[in-house]
Amino acid sequence: MSIFIDNSTKLIVQGITGRDGSFHTKQMIEYGTKVVGGVTPGKGGQKFEGSVPVFNTVHEAAKATGANTTVIYVPPNYAADAIMEAADAGIEFIVAITEGVPVLDMTRVYPFVKEKGARLLGPNCPGLITPGQSKVGIIPGRICMPGNIGVVSRSGTLTYEVVYQLTRAGMGQSTCVGIGGDPINGTNFIDCLEAFEKDPNTHAVAMMGEIGGTDEQEAAEFVAKHMKKPVVGFIAGQTAPPGRRMGHAGAIISGSAGTAAEKIESFEKAGIGVAKRPMDFVELLKARM
Amino acid sequence: MNIHEYQAKDILRAAGVPIPPGEIATTPEEAEAIAKKLGGLVVVKAQVHAGGRGKAGGVKLAKTPAEAKELASKILGMQIKGLTVEKVLVTTAADIATEAYVGIILDRATKKPVFMVSPAGGIDIEEVAATTPEKILKLPVDTRYGLQPYQASELGFFLFPDDVKKVRAASKIMAALYETFMKNGCSLAEINPLVVTPAGEVIALDAKMSIDDNELDRHPELSALRDETAEEPSEVDARNSNLTFIKLDGDVGCVVNGAGLAMATMDLVKYYGGEPANFLDIGGSSNPEKVVNALRIITADPSVKVILFNIFGGITRTDDVANGIVTATKANPLKIPIVIRLTGTNEEIAMKILTENGFSASSDMDDAVKKAVELAKGGKAA
Repeated sequence: MSIFIDNSTKLIVQGITGRDGSFHTKQMIEYGTKVVGGVTPGKGGQKFEGSVPVFNTVHEAAKATGANTTVIYVPPNYAADAIMEAADAGIEFIVAITEGVPVLDMTRVYPFVKEKGARLLGPNCPGLITPGQSKVGIIPGRICMPGNIGVVSRSGTLTYEVVYQLTRAGMGQSTCVGIGGDPINGTNFIDCLEAFEKDPNTHAVAMMGEIGGTDEQEAAEFVAKHMKKPVVGFIAGQTAPPGRRMGHAGAIISGSAGTAAEKIESFEKAGIGVAKRPMDFVELLKARM
Repeated sequence: MNIHEYQAKDILRAAGVPIPPGEIATTPEEAEAIAKKLGGLVVVKAQVHAGGRGKAGGVKLAKTPAEAKELASKILGMQIKGLTVEKVLVTTAADIATEAYVGIILDRATKKPVFMVSPAGGIDIEEVAATTPEKILKLPVDTRYGLQPYQASELGFFLFPDDVKKVRAASKIMAALYETFMKNGCSLAEINPLVVTPAGEVIALDAKMSIDDNELDRHPELSALRDETAEEPSEVDARNSNLTFIKLDGDVGCVVNGAGLAMATMDLVKYYGGEPANFLDIGGSSNPEKVVNALRIITADPSVKVILFNIFGGITRTDDVANGIVTATKANPLKIPIVIRLTGTNEEIAMKILTENGFSASSDMDDAVKKAVELAKGGKAA
């Protein structure tokens, strides 16, 4: 078991012929992901790598392939439209990798996706991976290993760092999800925690947050109220100055709100194990399992 | 991206918001000429990207053009929160009967732009929110439909409960502010204070706007408003080299790929008793040129005592980073120690490149950070 994706996931790639899209599609296929099609307007009828059919629209691709999941690698100014097109075509799970999507675009996209009943992950996220089964996005497959730790994070490379250490310590992962670093995104910490709590193959959760917003604080409340499985958390940005955007559009302390200190305090209150360093996850998780 | 008060006012004025006339001056003589042209009482206002300009002495009232000149000579060149005042706005002074606050922020919780209005204007809205939240009305707007007239009027009635004439004037301003916010891809747009004059006119006396950086490709006219003199020169250099860089006060220069890992690296420096000199994310694509630029920017800061690389190769190829380090240091030999941590994609090739060129590298983040902090403190590396 796992959350959101497994070996039955049928994936299409929006922007499959672009630079990033084509590179990562090859990687996903190599990992074993069932890539059933791709979409690039104007390139319908072609075959990607001689085997994956390319379509002009998501509607066509969905109809022809029966895809239930899409991953989006289109440029930032077209990402909102790509997400809406996927939701309109009835795709259940939409993973938007694109970084730099205007936030106001997301204020239109988010309610639209909700009304269509689809799940959105991202934008500005590394995607997700269920080790040994399926990978959707850009998380390097070889640092992961199948197992029972659920991983959820707002970051990319910081997630890799923690996953790499878990794997080296022999602690495999059920699913690793990168929810992304934008201020307005789809799937949040609580959605993932809820899914991990229900997933019989997940025995504990590692959660990596960062400064900005209140997602981590709300997640902590959720853990305290609804979770029986142990959770260990880390917050990046303890040394970040207020009012500055730390790379991720959402990683900003506004006034006095969204600091690392207040998030860590909420973790402690909720009984979440607090990792002071990314290296502390292994020991803290072991002690709780 | 933040823009100056005078730039925000120009945009809002064009959208129909009543704002007293004013012009920008970079010399005391210009300030005098503008004051003369405007006639009557004027306000001379420092144009810097910092709050608390009034408290710092950067906003003054002048009765005559001569006084405007004198005040401008004091304000120009003044330091406000570490920023030098290069420009002043000279604008007609208004008589104030009451002050209100009107702002729109992009709210993460509701995932919508949210209007915030308060009859307690002219002061710090965060303080109002903390001490007297009942004095603030928050109203989220669904951007698919836009601000509806009934919503604008609801906001107006909250400010002026018993004066429908002022409500109408305020509602028009709300609609113009919302339109401006959407059209310019703002993450914040604020009028503080929105004042009522003794004659009953509703006008905007100060304005602040932040543009979502992700919108700048769509809005070249807004990119042109960026004032590079108002920023840290190293940050301007970094942006022009496509690097995300923020200067801090410490002495451990950090070069990292990915924002989350970059923050975690800075935190770990602090954890081991050091102080990070910067935030720097070289991004996902591995281009040796980026490493060369990163090293140039970091070594230009005289307070940096050690350079710390922390690279987790996913999309980023660590051999590209290694090549960048070699190229950059051949062109400009380093005068300070460098600690390199590389792991992930093409790690073996990267290690070989570095060793052949006289560098040592580790694959462990914790060890590398400890070593860098020790070196910064003048100690010997383990």
